[in-house]
Amino acid sequence: MSYLVIFISAVLVNNIVLMQFLGICPFLGVSRRISTAAGMAGAVAFVLVLATLVTYLVQKMVLDPFGIGYLQTIAFILIIAALVQLVEIILKKVSPSLYQALGIYLPLITTNCAILGVAILTIQKEFNLLEGVVFAFSNAIGFGLALVLFAGIREHLDLMEVPAGLKGTPIALVTAGILAMAFMGFSGLI
Amino acid sequence: MNQMSNFTKGLLRENPILVLILGTCPTLGVTSSAANGLGMGLATTFVLVMSNLVISLVKSQIPDKVRIPSFIVIIAAFVTVVELVMQAYTPGLFKSLGIFIPLIVVNCIVLGRAEAFASKNNPLSSIVDGLGMGLGFTGALVILGSIRELLGNGTLFSFRFYPENYTTLLFVLAPGAFIVLGYMIAIVQKINKAKK
Repeated sequence: MSYLVIFISAVLVNNIVLMQFLGICPFLGVSRRISTAAGMAGAVAFVLVLATLVTYLVQKMVLDPFGIGYLQTIAFILIIAALVQLVEIILKKVSPSLYQALGIYLPLITTNCAILGVAILTIQKEFNLLEGVVFAFSNAIGFGLALVLFAGIREHLDLMEVPAGLKGTPIALVTAGILAMAFMGFSGLI
Repeated sequence: MNQMSNFTKGLLRENPILVLILGTCPTLGVTSSAANGLGMGLATTFVLVMSNLVISLVKSQIPDKVRIPSFIVIIAAFVTVVELVMQAYTPGLFKSLGIFIPLIVVNCIVLGRAEAFASKNNPLSSIVDGLGMGLGFTGALVILGSIRELLGNGTLFSFRFYPENYTTLLFVLAPGAFIVLGYMIAIVQKINKAKK
């Protein structure tokens, strides 16, 4: 499969948040301001690519040769948790300014199902290593795109009069539904 | 705490989806039909009850600093059990739930109850808490799945209510999930406000 097809499919056609429902918690949680949304998107992109790379290597070099594929879920979640800790420690030491910007989002990422989801999907789709990394990177862009777009809409939504019952999460969900409808327009692209 | 109120709090007062708004990913992802919602709900309930039980049994042995990783390993073990059992006995359901079965590990409800309840209470209360929360989760999933299946496909648990020509396909697709859940939470918020 060509890399461009993987990219367009992951960013627009099968957008990870709006079409596959992965990573909804941060999508709803940190989308109140564009600046925080962009920070979260950056942190996710960083961890997502790294995690997919490491879990892919572990699957191919440890789990498959020893025939213990059923330990995939346990192994992957531990790798992701350890990786997030590691990134946090290294970032703190190497680049304090980047740590300042991404720091508060890092602990949240362990339980972001987009990370584990993409890691498992990469194995399921039988990508090779480079395709897997492109797939992870494209999904990270797709996540960032959806998050920043949604944050922009929510900033405007704050100024609107919303019926009492719909305030907060409900109106955010309905808005996300309409955004998902807009993304359905891309479905003929591939 | 009174076991009865411990059980019912998960069903309504602190319903994980409709009030606490946790675990939205599987909620939206698998509810294109009522049966899928039921299957996912029961699988999560099993993991929730078992991990709550085990965590409350071993809580005094786990050092505080490695608490969260230990909880995740315990949860992941039970998720693997569910995965293998479903693959063997309900292959159809296993296929339609797909990636959301391994993703029970990162469902905030399971880790949330482990941290907030099971790590502080005795085994019996923890089981009851897990069962209440799990059934509350299942209930919300079945209602959401039923509405989407009925509007989008004209059926309920695969039983046809009206002809296919009159259905609105949008509701079984992605946008329908967001919109129906949004209105369900809005109704619950409205009811809760009216009570106060």
